Amino acid sequence: MSRPATTTRITSSRPGARIGDTKIDRAYSRVNYLVLAVFSLMVIYPLTFVLSASLSEPEALTRGDVWLWPVGVNLEAYAAIFDSPQLVRGFLNSVGYTVSGALLGTVLTMLAGYVLAREELPFRRMLTLFCLVPALLSAGIIPTYLVVYNLGLINTPLAVILPGAMSVFNVLITRTFYQMNVPLEIHEAARVDGANEFAFFLRIAVPLSKPIIAVNLLFYGVTQWNSWFNAYLYLNDQDLFPLQLVLREVLTQSQIDPSQLAGADLGELVAQRELFDKLKYAMIVVAMIPPLIAYPFVQKHFVKGALIGAVK
Amino acid sequence: MTPTIQSPAIHGPAIRRPATGGRTGSAFWRTVRRHWQLYVLFLPPFAYSLIFLYGPLWGLQVAFRNYSPALGMVGSPWVGLDHIVRFVTSYQFWTLMGNTLALNGYELLALFPLPIVLALLLNTVRTARFRKGVQLITYAPHFISTVVVVGMIVMMFSPTTGIVNQFLGVVGVAPVEFFGPDMFRHTYVWSGAWQTLGYSAIIYLAALAGVNPELHEAARVDGANILRRIWHIDLPSILPVMVTLLVLNTGSILSTGFEKVLLMQNPLNLSVSEVLDTYSFRVGFSGAVPQYSYGTAIGLFKSVISLALLLVANALARRVSKQGIF
Repeated sequence: MSRPATTTRITSSRPGARIGDTKIDRAYSRVNYLVLAVFSLMVIYPLTFVLSASLSEPEALTRGDVWLWPVGVNLEAYAAIFDSPQLVRGFLNSVGYTVSGALLGTVLTMLAGYVLAREELPFRRMLTLFCLVPALLSAGIIPTYLVVYNLGLINTPLAVILPGAMSVFNVLITRTFYQMNVPLEIHEAARVDGANEFAFFLRIAVPLSKPIIAVNLLFYGVTQWNSWFNAYLYLNDQDLFPLQLVLREVLTQSQIDPSQLAGADLGELVAQRELFDKLKYAMIVVAMIPPLIAYPFVQKHFVKGALIGAVK
Repeated sequence: MTPTIQSPAIHGPAIRRPATGGRTGSAFWRTVRRHWQLYVLFLPPFAYSLIFLYGPLWGLQVAFRNYSPALGMVGSPWVGLDHIVRFVTSYQFWTLMGNTLALNGYELLALFPLPIVLALLLNTVRTARFRKGVQLITYAPHFISTVVVVGMIVMMFSPTTGIVNQFLGVVGVAPVEFFGPDMFRHTYVWSGAWQTLGYSAIIYLAALAGVNPELHEAARVDGANILRRIWHIDLPSILPVMVTLLVLNTGSILSTGFEKVLLMQNPLNLSVSEVLDTYSFRVGFSGAVPQYSYGTAIGLFKSVISLALLLVANALARRVSKQGIF
């Protein structure tokens, strides 16, 4: 476990099928493929179903005719979503929270990770401990609420972004990344060349750390996009609600009528009870699409980053 | 933090002296001063942690006071362990502990071994494209929000219109209340399996990637079949990771997936779904007068027990397998 693991190692560890496989090897291989294929289908089926349901005729959905593929494709549920001011505002709010949360979290994490990686720095152990303690002993919701309350942040966007903006786990991963990728000798060389620490960090360390920046941005972005609890706890003003909180009320509090979300047209549309489900499925799709689109692009970095942290 | 430069830097620009410096000059403090720019870089995360991570820790003292916002943190009367004693002796205590341990114990038993199996299986797939495809698909649910996952369960497992019960109807089974008290734990745990299994396997795959392929080659030459190679080569190589995760899981046996439980709760399943986290939250915030102190005391009780469990598990792991996490 001492050397950096990369995805290429995983690939190279088992070259293709070989002569000399025993009977058991071949049987195992077939079972293995079967099990993994079945598991993958089980994972992907609900996602496919949700997408199909959001596109199908509402009557077909109610009758239970939709199993895998959409029956009678149309986009009216999505049109309805874009007609609902509350959903559109929620979506835009979420975009804002996500971008600012990702940027703030990444900057804080990079700074902390970079400094803690400098082994020659006096008090480094103490500073590391300083970051670790809160991760070991969590204070819980109420004391955090009191801090936000006393700072006067209740019912402001900052209450959504600031608590939980920096994750100790990410700081540790980033620190490990710098330890492994920006060796001490570069610092010595830069110091001889007369670069100060700020210049070194911005011009040399940051450009060297694109993978870990990508991982941090994705991690904080997805976390913020998916979060609802901070908003639920700290916000009263519906105009500030992120999409997930709007969805929570529609999806999991079944007593709330989706027609309450209605713009003028939507009201008519959801007057038919059967449209409710279709509309809810469409909302689910809208809420889960952004992270699902983002993650494969960064997956390469992501797996590497996770590996680096894990192996250390 | 802008020390004036008294003398022109002799040994290169990295050595700067504050005007007040005089000769405080042990080598150690010179090193500290030479790195002042690094401390400046650390300032933003430091300030953030101080306010948003240490602030709440400082606020934990409300668990020992009768906190009222009017009197403030330090002005509220000190009551010592009263709140914690009140909670431990309250009639809900054992129900809550039972629910918490049942839900987490079930989750741990079901979801600890499965990612290991998945990683071992994935690691022996020879077709790179197939393996990447499986990984791409099985990681995906990890990136879906709790609200959406719970929303999907509500919709798809609804007793009246959900596709699962429609299917059961076709096969001739009576509709199942998946959110009812009988099924709540199963629904919670197995939807968690759907969401987290693939992603939890990553860490084991990382460890497996470090296995020297020559070990497998040598074992093949000696006639060991794949099952024996997994048992004697792969499994031992991920043992340290398994121990680490088991220790960490033991430390969080009292912390449920708070947000998910909260989203899945309804008045009908409260008898099994009320756990320490949700109860602490409910006590703290709902009710005519928010009981910040009592709610915090419950949370603190949980944190302290968890930390103790973590330390015990770590000590046991050290003794048994000669490795702990710290």
